Amino acid sequence: MRGIRKAFGATVALDGVDLEVAPGEVCALVGQNGAGKSTLMAILAGALAPDGGEMSLDGAAYRPRNPLEARRAGVQMIYQELSLAPHLSVAENVVLGMEPARLGLMRRREARERTRRALAQLGHPEIAPEAPVSALSVAGQQLVEIARALAVGCRVLVLDEPTSSLAQDDARRLFELLARLKAQGHAIVYISHFLEEVKQVSDRFVVLRDGRNAGAGPAADASPREIVAMMVGSAVGEVYPRSPRRRGEPILELAGFGPGSAPLTLHRGEVVGIAGLLGAGRTHLLRSVFGLEPVREGRIRVKSVQGFHSPARRWRQGVGFLSEDRKDEGLALGLSVADNVTMSRLAGLGPAPLVLPGPQDAAAARLIERVAIRCRGPRQPVRELSGGNQQKVALARLLHHDVDVLLLDEPTRGIDVASKAQIYALVDALVADPGEGRPARAVLLVSSYFPELLGLCDRIAVMCRRRLGEARPASDLDEHRLILEAAGTEGAA
Amino acid sequence: MRARELLTRGGPVLGLVLVSAFFGVLVGPQFFSPGNLELIARQTAIVGTAALGMTLIIAAAGIDLSVGSVISLSTVVIALVLRRAASPAAAAALGVGAAALCGLATGLLVTGLRVVPFIVTLGMMLLVRGAAKGLADERRIEAPVTWLNDLLRTHALGGGILLPTGIWILIVMALLVAGVLRYTRFGRHLLAIGSNERTARLCGVRVEACKIAVYTISAALAGLAGVMQFAKLSVGDPTVAVGLELDVIAAVIIGGGSLLGGRGTVFGTLVGAVLMTVIQIGCSQRGLPNWVQQIVTGGVIVAAVALDRWRQGAHGA
Repeated sequence: MRGIRKAFGATVALDGVDLEVAPGEVCALVGQNGAGKSTLMAILAGALAPDGGEMSLDGAAYRPRNPLEARRAGVQMIYQELSLAPHLSVAENVVLGMEPARLGLMRRREARERTRRALAQLGHPEIAPEAPVSALSVAGQQLVEIARALAVGCRVLVLDEPTSSLAQDDARRLFELLARLKAQGHAIVYISHFLEEVKQVSDRFVVLRDGRNAGAGPAADASPREIVAMMVGSAVGEVYPRSPRRRGEPILELAGFGPGSAPLTLHRGEVVGIAGLLGAGRTHLLRSVFGLEPVREGRIRVKSVQGFHSPARRWRQGVGFLSEDRKDEGLALGLSVADNVTMSRLAGLGPAPLVLPGPQDAAAARLIERVAIRCRGPRQPVRELSGGNQQKVALARLLHHDVDVLLLDEPTRGIDVASKAQIYALVDALVADPGEGRPARAVLLVSSYFPELLGLCDRIAVMCRRRLGEARPASDLDEHRLILEAAGTEGAA
Repeated sequence: MRARELLTRGGPVLGLVLVSAFFGVLVGPQFFSPGNLELIARQTAIVGTAALGMTLIIAAAGIDLSVGSVISLSTVVIALVLRRAASPAAAAALGVGAAALCGLATGLLVTGLRVVPFIVTLGMMLLVRGAAKGLADERRIEAPVTWLNDLLRTHALGGGILLPTGIWILIVMALLVAGVLRYTRFGRHLLAIGSNERTARLCGVRVEACKIAVYTISAALAGLAGVMQFAKLSVGDPTVAVGLELDVIAAVIIGGGSLLGGRGTVFGTLVGAVLMTVIQIGCSQRGLPNWVQQIVTGGVIVAAVALDRWRQGAHGA
C-alpha cells in the first residue's frame, strides 16, 4: 500500500500512508485510537475505497471494489467482533459463501474434509467439523474464523486486536499459531494496543499517527517507550478550558470492582477520568454504577445511598449517564429533540400525569440554546442531526434532569472539532462553582483519547484488563505514562 | 420532502377520500347518505375499538395476536353473567375485566419470560380461544335481551342519541386513548420504548411496568370490543372473531403505525379501520363478491406499507 489517502467530509483520516508486508512476515500496526488503523485496514479489505494511493498484491495492481473481491484476491480480515453464524456447525461456517456443491446440493463430506484440512493446518485437529460453533469458546471461534480464511486460500491475514477477548493461555496458543502461519508463508498484519505482544509476535512494526506514518522498525530492538513516543508525537495544541474548581464533599464512591482494583471516590467540583483501552472494562464499570449491567461484586455509594439501583432510581438520586453508543442506546433517533432531551424527566412539563407540548418545547428550546444544538427546532427528529449535534442532545438530557453526577462514556467519540470544544467547555462549566447555593456537580469521564482526559480531568485512574488503578492527579501524568499503563506495561516506564 | 411530509400527515385520510370517492361513483350518491354513513360507523365499531389498544401496543413496538380470541371470551363471559340475572352493566364490566386479565397475563409473560410478543400472543390466541370454548361448553350461549343489545342498533330504530351508543363509546374512548398517547407520561414512555427500548431503559423508563400496563389496557379495549360484538350477535359465541386481530393490525398499519414501533396515531388508526369498512360495504353494495373485497383490502394494506417505506426513505434506513 502506497500513499493511501482517505477523507471523510472535512476530516482527513489517512494522509499518504505506506504499508508493506512480505510473505512469511508478521507486521504489527500500532497507533492510538483514531490514528487511522481501522480505516487503513478497511481499505485493504475492500470495505472502503481510498481517495488516493496505490495498492498491489504479489506485484499486480490490487483494487478491490468490495470485501468479496478482497477475499477472492486472498486478503482476509479477522475482526475483533467475530462474524460467525452461531447456530451452524464448524464446517458450515468454514465453507460459508463458497460451499462445495453439485447441482445446488451441498457436498457435506467435502465440506467436512476441507474444514478438517484447514484445522489441521492450524494445528488444531481436535476441533470437530460437526460441532456447533456456539459450543466453542471464544478462542475456538477465533480459530474457526482463521480456518475459514485459510480455506479460501488467503495470503494476507489481518488480525484486529485478536487477544483483547482471550485468556492468557489462549493468547499464547494464538501466537504459536501465527508463528506457524508465518512459516507457511502467509503475510500477517497484526493490530494491537498491547506493546509487549507486538514485540512477542511481530517481526516489524509500523506506527500510525493522525493518518500518517510516524515510524517503523524491527520489533525486536524497539522498546515500548520508543514506540509510544512515535504514537504520541509532539503534543497538539488543543485548548482545554479550566475554570477555578473547588473540590467538595464525596458524592460517588466505588470499591471492590474486580480483583485488585483500587477504590475510587468522586467529589463535587471535580472531573475524574478513567483511561484505558477498548475492552478494558471502563464502559462496563460505568454501566454497572448506573444499574444497566447486573453487578456481581463491589460496593457503590451515591451521596448517602448504598448499593445497586435501577437506572430509574439513579436518575432520582441525581446521577445521569451518557452512553458511548449514541445511535443504538443513547438516543431514540426516530423521536424529536424535545422527546429525547426530556425523556428521563417528564414531570413538571404539565399538570400531574400530563406532558404538554408547550412546556416540553419550551424546556427543549432552552437546552437547544444553552448547549448550542443546531437544529430546526424542538420537533425535529434527532436522526436528521449531525453526529456532534446528536451528542449534544444526549448530553442536554443530563442538563434537563439537572443531575449532580454525570457519568460520561466517550462523550466526544466520532464528533467534529467544534462540537468537541463545546462539550469540553460544558463539562468544565458543570463542575465549576455554580453559585446561588447550588452545590457543584461532579463528572466521571471515560475516554480513549488521552489528551482530552489530561486536559479536562483533575484526577485520572487507569483501567487495564478489568483492573481499575488508583486515581492520581492529572498534573502528575502525561500521555506516555497513560499509554504504557493502559497497555499493561507499567514496568517499562 | 414536501410531498413526503404531506403524506405522513395526510396519507391515510387521502386514501380514505380516494377509496370513498371511488365507491361513491360506483355505487351512486346514496353511498354517502346519512344512513349509509351510520352503517359504516356501526360496522367499524368493533375493529375500531380493538384497534385503539393495538395502536398503543404497536407504538411500543409490540404486537398482540390474541385480540380475536379475547373478544370471543368477552362475549361468552357477558352471556354467562347475564344468564345469572345479573345487571347488564355488571355483565359488561366482567366481560371487560376478563379480557383485561388476559392482557395482564400476556404482559407478565412478555416481560417475565423475555419472549417476543409475537410468540407469546400467538400462544395466548389459542389459549384464550380454548378457554372461551371451554367456558361455553363449545356452544353459543343464549342470553336474555337487555339494553346491551341496543348498543349498535341503528338510530333509525331508536338506538342512541343521534348516533348508536356504541359509536359514542368508540368516539369517547378514541379521544381518551389519543390523549393518553400524546399528552401523558405513560404515552410518551410507550413511544420511547417503541422507538428505542435501550434508550428508554437508560432514561429510567420502567419498561417492564409499561409493557404490562399496555397489554392490559389494550386487552380491556378488546373486551369492550367484545361488548359490542355481543350487542351485535346477542349471544355469547366462543367461535366469533377468528382472525379479527389481523383486521385490527391492518387498521393500525394503514393508519401510519409502524411495526418497528415509535409511531402511530389514534386518528390514523380510526381512518384505517373506516377505510377497510368502506371497502367492505362498497363492494357488497355494488354487488361485488367477497373475493373481490378481500383482494382490494389486501392491495390497500400492501400499498399502505409501500407508501410508508417510501416516506421513511427520506431518513435513509
